[in-house]
Amino acid sequence: MKVHVKRESDFVAYDVELPDATLLEVLSSIKTEQDNSLAFSSGCRSSVCGSCSMRVNEKEVLACAYKVQDGDVIEPLKNIEVIRDLVVNMDKALETKKRAKTWLQTYNKEAKLTHEDEKINALQSDCILCGSCYSACPVYAVNEEFLGPFALTGVWKYVSDKREAQPKEKIDTIQTNGVWDCTLCNECTLVCPQGISSKADIEKLRMKSTMAGYADPSFTQSFDGGFGFDGSPSF
Amino acid sequence: MKTDVLIIGSGGAGLTAALAAKDAGADVRVITKEYPTRSQTCMAQGGMNAALGNVSHDSIEDHIQNTLKSAHGEADEEAVRYMCSEAPNAVAWLDEIGVCFSRTPEGKIAQRRLGGASAPRACYAQDYTGLKILHTLYERCLKKDVEMFSERYLVDLLTKEDGSICGALILNMRSGELEHHFAKCVVLASGGYSRIYDKYSTNSTASTGDGIAAASRAGAKLLGMEFVQFHPTGLKNSSILISESARGEGGYLLNSKGERFTNELAPRDEVSRAINEQIVAGEEVFLDIRHLGERFIDENLPQERKLALLYENVDPVKDLIPIKAVAHYTMGGIEVDNKSQTSVSGLFACGECANHKVHGANRLGGNSLLEIIVFGREAGKSAANFVFCDEKCQNDFDFKKEKSFLDALIEYKNEIDFYQKRTELGELFYKKVGIIRKESQLQEAKQEIELLKKQLPLMGVKDTSKVYNTNLMEFIEFRNMLDICERVVSSALARKKSCGAHFVVEE
Repeated sequence: MKVHVKRESDFVAYDVELPDATLLEVLSSIKTEQDNSLAFSSGCRSSVCGSCSMRVNEKEVLACAYKVQDGDVIEPLKNIEVIRDLVVNMDKALETKKRAKTWLQTYNKEAKLTHEDEKINALQSDCILCGSCYSACPVYAVNEEFLGPFALTGVWKYVSDKREAQPKEKIDTIQTNGVWDCTLCNECTLVCPQGISSKADIEKLRMKSTMAGYADPSFTQSFDGGFGFDGSPSF
Repeated sequence: MKTDVLIIGSGGAGLTAALAAKDAGADVRVITKEYPTRSQTCMAQGGMNAALGNVSHDSIEDHIQNTLKSAHGEADEEAVRYMCSEAPNAVAWLDEIGVCFSRTPEGKIAQRRLGGASAPRACYAQDYTGLKILHTLYERCLKKDVEMFSERYLVDLLTKEDGSICGALILNMRSGELEHHFAKCVVLASGGYSRIYDKYSTNSTASTGDGIAAASRAGAKLLGMEFVQFHPTGLKNSSILISESARGEGGYLLNSKGERFTNELAPRDEVSRAINEQIVAGEEVFLDIRHLGERFIDENLPQERKLALLYENVDPVKDLIPIKAVAHYTMGGIEVDNKSQTSVSGLFACGECANHKVHGANRLGGNSLLEIIVFGREAGKSAANFVFCDEKCQNDFDFKKEKSFLDALIEYKNEIDFYQKRTELGELFYKKVGIIRKESQLQEAKQEIELLKKQLPLMGVKDTSKVYNTNLMEFIEFRNMLDICERVVSSALARKKSCGAHFVVEE
């Protein structure tokens, strides 16, 4: 069985005989038995730490949850600086969480969560920050400052949480380079190893934004031009 | 680079310590060899103990007694009392910062029963409890502007002439450069050492005991290194963990004949030995959760179903899950007092790398997430207190310049493959320093470790490039693992009688 791995300059083909193995097992065997210089990240081996996300045949996967097929083409994530081989620098991607303020701002003491409330954002809090959605998102080709799928899913998690006393503040934060920049192409949803749909979360955030008095800047601009160039409303 | 409190490790303990030190007014820097959300904490599934009595009657005293019993006399009662009494506050704090705990129909935090507990006591978030706690702590650190540096690997602690700690020598993985991070004190929160068992461990590949090895080199005392907890339900082929909650929710353990052979809810050391006995007698062992039903499994144990399908090709809804007991948690570590202070001035420790004397010879399920929150906070507070109140802190950062391991490495040859030795070491430890121990086998393991340590200069690294050299990092980890192995074996040899996870049989 052959796999083609993107190295510094070009693809390198490796022969591996490991039946029914995960990609991570294959990469580990290449590293320890064939080529000690191959660089990739991994951790838990059980799809929960998010370290080993990469692209196989142009689709984002977790190496520990993907069973290798003959001829697979392995590459690092897109939209992210490659440090070496399959290792990327996640700092800039993670910075979107900070810019989007994905945290509980003010605790609402009165909130009493029910079993149903827990379900509303249980899925969003399953996010493992693997960066697959960030890599699959086409918006980054035109806007590097886009807050992006996982950060916006993080915002929805707190906007939908009764314990957050100031959800409006979160909505205010995501108007620029946020919910309106998404093209709703759904690529993020297709690659999420946890089955989260950031697209759906962004749609819900758009609805909340509209309820808070915001509108799609590209849409309203054509009527009266009452918005700044950065897309933020000026009323 | 200077800061007040340097925290090494960014799991639940490190991040909690960072928040506590920051809240106390100290400048804080967190350093991790991975990223802050990728630590072992994200793999904790079952839950976090607190005697809330939300499901049925429970009391803090019962929690204390269960913990002491499981510890086999090796815990410090005062520390256990403190941890268990603080548990309800710790859970309330996590709820306040946004952790998505599962709820009961009445809206209270749901609780499940884990092994060795007299009541349903573990608060959980499906079977992603650790993940959700860790990510919420990370988000809290973002909110509080805690400085965090990723992909930086601890080479050694920096010590002054008087032996006290003033920072750490760090390898920046990305650039390959060494960095001196100076600090008024250091908190180690660098995790346990289960990976010395290599493929016989549930742990992340990162749990190589780096912090413990560095602390020991800097003169800190280690305690209880022989106490390694084997988790009863690792998947047979991959050692990947199937959460204790599977048994807590009513799962059975069966042998090849389909017979139950033990009390599934006994403490982990007893259940692991029972499984081991079956395997030694030629039986296969399975976890059976089929009777819980597809709906229940998908709602409460979704991760377990996914992992069993992926790694064993079995669907727990209709199939038995093949399992074996594997290394999971290391009770031993850097000895600390109840303020998380080690035996070395300026050095604090918390989490799995530390020994706060609360788990003794055998940790109860649900007590590790509790420990990292309660003692993570204690370590952060103590470190800040040291910075502001201790005169020793006024000294400048005049560290003793010593040759680091990396300087010596240039001379190393590459004649023996350390990856192969790492695999052999895991096999050796599982067989001879594992669930059942015999003095003669421990002696054999000791000799083997001595030999490997002597051979280390013949192993070296093949990859000599600077940028993101994982070959180099894994070699430094291997060196740390050998140091740790040496301590585990010598502690095991010193303890002649069985105690909890350290189980000795006469020859």
